[in-house]
Amino acid sequence: MEMSDATPTPAAYTPFPAAGNIPDADREDLRRHGVLMTSMEELYNWGRSNSIWPLQFGLACCAIEMIAAATARFDIARFGAEIFRPSPRQADLMIVSGTVTKKMAPLVVRLWNQMPEPKYCIAMGACAISGGPFKQGYNVLKGIDRFIPVDIYIPGCPPRPEALLNGLVQLQKKIKGEKLSGPDAARFTRADVPSEFPIPEYGAHDLEPTKNPAVWTPPAPPSA
Amino acid sequence: MSTPPLSSLNPQLSTGSVPFPFAAALPGPSVRAVHDQFHGDLLEVSMGPQHPSTHGVFRMVATLDGEQIVKLKPVFGYLHRNHEKIAENTTYLGSMPYTDRLDYLCSMSTNWAYALTVEKLAGITVPDRAQYLRIIMAELTRLVNHACLVGFLFNDLGTSFTPLLYAFREREKIIDLFEALSGSRMMCNYQRFGGCRVDPTPEWLETARVLVENFPRFLDEYERMLTGNEIMLARTQGIGRVTPAQAVNAGLTGPVLRACGVDYDLRKVDGYGYYPRFEFRVPLGDHGDTYDRYMMRILEMRESVKILTQAFRDLPAGPIMDPKAKLRGFRPKAGEAYGRLEGPKGELGFFLISDGSPNPYRYRVRPPSLINLTLLEDMCLGHTIADSVVILGSIDIVLGEVDR
Amino acid sequence: METVEQLRDRLLARFPAAKIELVTNPSAAAEHSLLIDAAHGRDIALFLRDDPTLRLDYCSNVTGIDWPDKEITDITKTTVADPAGASGATKVVEQKTTRIQPGYLEAVYHLYSMALKHGPVILRLRTANRSDAVTLPSFTPVWRSCDFQEREIYDLYGIIFECHPDLRRLLMWYEFKDHPMRKDYVEPDDYEWEPTAHGAILEKAKANRLTSAPIAGDAATPGPGSAPPATKSSNTEAKP
Repeated sequence: MEMSDATPTPAAYTPFPAAGNIPDADREDLRRHGVLMTSMEELYNWGRSNSIWPLQFGLACCAIEMIAAATARFDIARFGAEIFRPSPRQADLMIVSGTVTKKMAPLVVRLWNQMPEPKYCIAMGACAISGGPFKQGYNVLKGIDRFIPVDIYIPGCPPRPEALLNGLVQLQKKIKGEKLSGPDAARFTRADVPSEFPIPEYGAHDLEPTKNPAVWTPPAPPSA
Repeated sequence: MSTPPLSSLNPQLSTGSVPFPFAAALPGPSVRAVHDQFHGDLLEVSMGPQHPSTHGVFRMVATLDGEQIVKLKPVFGYLHRNHEKIAENTTYLGSMPYTDRLDYLCSMSTNWAYALTVEKLAGITVPDRAQYLRIIMAELTRLVNHACLVGFLFNDLGTSFTPLLYAFREREKIIDLFEALSGSRMMCNYQRFGGCRVDPTPEWLETARVLVENFPRFLDEYERMLTGNEIMLARTQGIGRVTPAQAVNAGLTGPVLRACGVDYDLRKVDGYGYYPRFEFRVPLGDHGDTYDRYMMRILEMRESVKILTQAFRDLPAGPIMDPKAKLRGFRPKAGEAYGRLEGPKGELGFFLISDGSPNPYRYRVRPPSLINLTLLEDMCLGHTIADSVVILGSIDIVLGEVDR
Repeated sequence: METVEQLRDRLLARFPAAKIELVTNPSAAAEHSLLIDAAHGRDIALFLRDDPTLRLDYCSNVTGIDWPDKEITDITKTTVADPAGASGATKVVEQKTTRIQPGYLEAVYHLYSMALKHGPVILRLRTANRSDAVTLPSFTPVWRSCDFQEREIYDLYGIIFECHPDLRRLLMWYEFKDHPMRKDYVEPDDYEWEPTAHGAILEKAKANRLTSAPIAGDAATPGPGSAPPATKSSNTEAKP
């Protein structure tokens, strides 16, 4: 077996984590010869992206579609995410499936804090994204991203199970592209980025505080 | 109790040294004093709102003596999304999509309950074909709800999902029909004041008829797996019993009430819609325990199949909307109306007060799931904490309706 | 079943001291209700439940309603002699007086009979005002189905039900101070600008935009959790 003697220049470095900086074309060539080359980072991301354990945590209507995604027809097990864990300590992914009320919001944040890193959050459905049809409600939190960072937003009311699967695939893509070291390393590898977030308290009229400015800033209105 | 609980062996585990965060929030009569030295301290356990077997964000605070429940208080409001307040600021028709999200497993029935009330308030009539279509949709919804409920109940019994997979297989077929008709899988938004929104095609009706024809076969398969199951019998018979007098006084409705032997089905009592034209029986239980509540669901599904077969046979041609019904700019006269129907979970009522404006002055939902929970503590007392999960599952709640 | 008028007369004969009024319902439903006074509420409820011809053993629905203070303009027409006094013609003088009709909170009970399968009989109870005299008798000792519903009304409207075994907030958290279903409740304003808002929300958002501090400056200072927003743009299904 002969190795390709083309040494990659730094300019040929691709964002995709390549093993030993060998170009993808060469690795593909090697693969056809029966040699698999990979990097620790790639192997690690490949493994964890294909065995995401979601938290078994349903809030409202979207939870039924989440269950439907887990049943025979849509079968989320094809994507390695069928093991719904009832305990946040064992979960990698929180699917916020449904309306987050102000009474529920502190508990969602608490569950998020209890999950170990690396952890990811999917806001499933219009309510979890922004309050959705219930936005006018006095007890409805206008988007879970006011308190915890959200990785994937899945619009819909409720989103179809296919949409949830698509969101899961997007998340897998994101995980596969994460760096484990270097200046652009993933969030969970950095010591300066918190993995726990302050839990809002029940106030006399509203949650206190109503949002976490470190996580969320309101969208800027158009300058006009 | 043969073995002393852990807390009596290890004084550090006793609840006295560690203040429990929820203890202060729950005043009420104190539980009975415990003298027996083999009994440890009472332990307060908060189940939910994130718990795999509380069917959503329901929470119950159980006080345990060993494994036995001596006090149980449900805590609500984790899905209180202000349906009633929003509806007061929305037009009558604008609230229809919100009723989908009330009981999100049976949106067709909730739609109908709301449409029924507005029709009662404004005196709108409904054409024949729409009446039949409503019954078809409501009974298909009942099939979905009861099949899923039985699946969830067995999930609570510890069968880890398998019966639920069968139930969801059938659910998907019916949900496909709803989607073909209304454009949405779950949130059908199908009923209108004075009729229905879309007329099903003959192909749709034929598909639905074949589905209903095959449904008893699914029920047979389901029952063969579940009904005689030894674990199921051991864990449900005699568990969570309710007497008929208790049930009536506590306002239980639906299959939970009929499991106690009280003959009260609004399809027969009120005879709303065209139900008096249909032949069906109302199954009644005898013991009021979890097993009877399970059997009610199975038997009601069989009766629903009978109703559906008659409906497909007799479905008349004609318009599906009352030509006089007005959807835009709908302003009923001042007054009030309370309309109710037999939803899959019990008596689903709407109480509307109109002041002549386009929005209701007061919009109230009578949620069967919430009121059926009134007796949850009585059902659970003396049973183990594992049984409380099964009892809760047999009551059949949907949190969107409990908290609204 | 007897009509509501007959029932009112029978109740008045049974409870001579009670104040019982018929409240008519002009809608197509035409289900009239009985307004009973709070002092005799529990006795009347017990009577309705146990009377052999009524046997209203099932309280289906309890509704709270808020009727805020209403300004009513009375127009009184008085006929006065024409001051000119030419032909004895009279002149109609309209006198407008405005008065405040005091508001009240109301609880409506829908009663049915499961034993005799008839109904509904609708009872209404009204509080004296909306601020300090908001006490009504609880019907939970009569019908247990009122338990959660009365707690909900206490939570959302602030009616205090006397002799309720466990009167706590049902839906909102215990620290909450307001009664949000009242008509004059002002909800916390936490709407921010968003591109797809509509109607009332957009108006609120516009008002916030004028009063709030410059928002673009906040986004420039990276907080400790600023990594996730950076990844948002890479998602195909990013928030619009």
